[in-house]
Amino acid sequence: MIDLTIIWAFIIAFAVFAYVVMDGFDLGIGILFPTFAVGPERDKAMNSIAPVWDGNETWLVLGGGGLLAAFPLAYAIILPATYPLIIAMLLGLVFRGVAFEFRWRDPAHRAFWDFAFTAGSLIAAMAQGMTLGALLQGIEVAGRAYAGSWWDWLTPYTLLTGLGTVAGYALLGSTWLVWKLDGEAQAHARKLAFRAAIATLALLGAVSLYTPFLEAEYFARWFTMPSILFASQVPLLTAIAVYFLFRGLAKGQDAVPFLMSLAIFLLGMAGLGVSMWPHVIPGSVTIWDAAAPYSSQMFMLVGVAITLPLILGYTAWSYWVFRGKVGDEGYH
Amino acid sequence: MTMFDQADALLLARIQFAFTISFHFIFPAFSIGLASFLAVLEGLWLKTGKALYLDLFKYWLKIFAITFAMGVVSGIVMSYQFGTNWSVFSDKAGPVIGPLMAYEVLTAFFLEAGFLGVMLFGMNKVGPRLHFMATLMVAAGTFVSAFWILSVNSWMQTPVGHILGANGQFLPGESWWDIVFNPSFPYRLVHTVTAAYLTTAFVVGAVGAWHLLKDRANLHARKMFSMAMWMAALVAPVQIFLGDMHGLNTLEHQPAKVMAMEGHFQSHPEGAPLILFGIPDSEAKTVRYAIEIPKASSLILKHDLNAPMAGLDTIPDDEEPPVGTVFWAFRIMVGIGFGMLGIGLWSLVARWRGRLYDWGWLHRAAIAMGPSGFVAVIAGWITTEVGRQPWVIYGLLRTADAASPLDAPAVGASLLAFVVVYFAVFGVGTWYILRLMKKAPEAGEKGVARTETGPVRTAGITPGLAREQLREGDAQ
Repeated sequence: MIDLTIIWAFIIAFAVFAYVVMDGFDLGIGILFPTFAVGPERDKAMNSIAPVWDGNETWLVLGGGGLLAAFPLAYAIILPATYPLIIAMLLGLVFRGVAFEFRWRDPAHRAFWDFAFTAGSLIAAMAQGMTLGALLQGIEVAGRAYAGSWWDWLTPYTLLTGLGTVAGYALLGSTWLVWKLDGEAQAHARKLAFRAAIATLALLGAVSLYTPFLEAEYFARWFTMPSILFASQVPLLTAIAVYFLFRGLAKGQDAVPFLMSLAIFLLGMAGLGVSMWPHVIPGSVTIWDAAAPYSSQMFMLVGVAITLPLILGYTAWSYWVFRGKVGDEGYH
Repeated sequence: MTMFDQADALLLARIQFAFTISFHFIFPAFSIGLASFLAVLEGLWLKTGKALYLDLFKYWLKIFAITFAMGVVSGIVMSYQFGTNWSVFSDKAGPVIGPLMAYEVLTAFFLEAGFLGVMLFGMNKVGPRLHFMATLMVAAGTFVSAFWILSVNSWMQTPVGHILGANGQFLPGESWWDIVFNPSFPYRLVHTVTAAYLTTAFVVGAVGAWHLLKDRANLHARKMFSMAMWMAALVAPVQIFLGDMHGLNTLEHQPAKVMAMEGHFQSHPEGAPLILFGIPDSEAKTVRYAIEIPKASSLILKHDLNAPMAGLDTIPDDEEPPVGTVFWAFRIMVGIGFGMLGIGLWSLVARWRGRLYDWGWLHRAAIAMGPSGFVAVIAGWITTEVGRQPWVIYGLLRTADAASPLDAPAVGASLLAFVVVYFAVFGVGTWYILRLMKKAPEAGEKGVARTETGPVRTAGITPGLAREQLREGDAQ
């Protein structure tokens, strides 16, 4: 019999990845927003995601809701352990989300809502990166509950993962804008993409070097035979993606830089898998410890099998409807 | 950690959930109804070709966009609230309620969000028919969302179909349909969705009435007022009937809640009185200054004047809900329900006399009742949620045993942050909505404009700011 727990681990991982890259470029645009000129540049940058941000954010709900459904124990331990981060992220997303509507409804206070858009995006991105770091550095568990204090999540390592995520989202956002904008705004986005790419690589490198020294287990997976044979593919492929990213930016290509940024994130996700598998909370809880019973997994799997292809289909359609460069006229 | 701290943390967590869910539900209560209203307007436009319906569609679409955004961001908070503040509940109930919530995401949230972009901004890109389909999908999504989340809530009120696992978890039993269609679910679903429709109807009616008071010849205001009053006249009585059914179902499955609603501290072996008003005193176990109709409660709930009714004296003290809150919240909800019925009947009289559009007092009353749906909806939720205390899973898991192992300062700080942010952000959002409502709907109503760049164009696609300011100038 196929182990549904493994299937569910991949479904959750897919939801998290989909969220990270799709809301990643939304949040990245928010982070970079102040560098765009007030007026048409900002309007276009926001219009490039206005029709799709809500769908992108929904993957976060699937990640959270899916975790509750498929791995309730993990959900019940991770959220209290990263409590202030989760609350900060949620409040950041409140400001970011309403700014999409409010800035158009209140020209007199548009500068404030633009600031809220950026601050909310920045806080949400930082909190998400730090949550990942808190998870990787290990969570103290006793019985079926979190047993640490409520500042355990704040360490140099989590600050590093937080900054890495901010830079990574900025890379996604800027390359998305390279694709969707033209003229001066596109040139500006390309310049930002160069800088974001360098920052992302520096921080990704730092996190990648730091992580194996957090736990002997991580070290063994990355630097001993035979797992190094598989693990080493991740940095190799990343190097190739990075090459094409910079080449695409230098040659003025539209879509390639964004697609290469996606590839870098996908490889980051694979690297995460190398470190964590089969734990959902490294060092203490495996996916099998945390898994919901077979009946719950099966009931949901039927739903996923039917709805996920439809979701991907109409999401793709929505992106297709709003394809191409963002024009001057705005959407109606 | 002392016991005192833990009690504080629990209370703060309960306040936080009550606060965030109450604020959140205001938006779906409006957007469920508004999405359907928009679908009806667009459908009528496609069927009749009358521009009036398209104008009204665009007028309410702008309000829908803001409402929906606030519903989304406050809703995401809810999907994490279970884990942050109620982790023991999440661990224990996750295998049963988690899949239902996952279905909500898969079948409702993605549907709404996926088609929202086209609904708001895609009319010129996909054409009217595909656009109408997008509107229908969004409207369907709001309903499907209500279906799943009310199934979850109803299972917590009337849990069936599960088994208890060795690790203390609630596990699904033989059939998921027993869990999904648990005993209180059908009643709660129809009562809640109907409430959302009524809430929206009274908001639309109030906006129509407001503009009729200023200009009774405004055809757009006439149309929306007329549509809203049909809803009030036809749906308010249906809702009262549905509420009664829901109450009878509650009497069967959660009798202590009904005792609290009725203020029945004592049992009445020979017919229970209907207490209209009074001040419940849980210490003295009596309702002070009670105004009551003898035996009427037995008549309503048991259809027999002399039917015996058990009171809270039959329930152990540590399993009683707080009576005062439930008693009053219930009366506020019912009072508003009958007020809505009154407006509906009044509108029928006005319509029959041909005075629907020029009866100033009807319009003023409709304006006064504009926000009443929200009050009734929140009061109804308070009735059912406080009334099921002290249980979070009725009869099986106490609220006090479900909270996260958090220190009171952590929960207090996050509560404070939510209160400040919600009042500021959603207060401002509500003000923007009121500002949109203040403007009269008119021919050539513009859509959800996204930019003010580029040259000034013809009416349909003229960018927002300049015209908005012009129009404000005209009005003054």
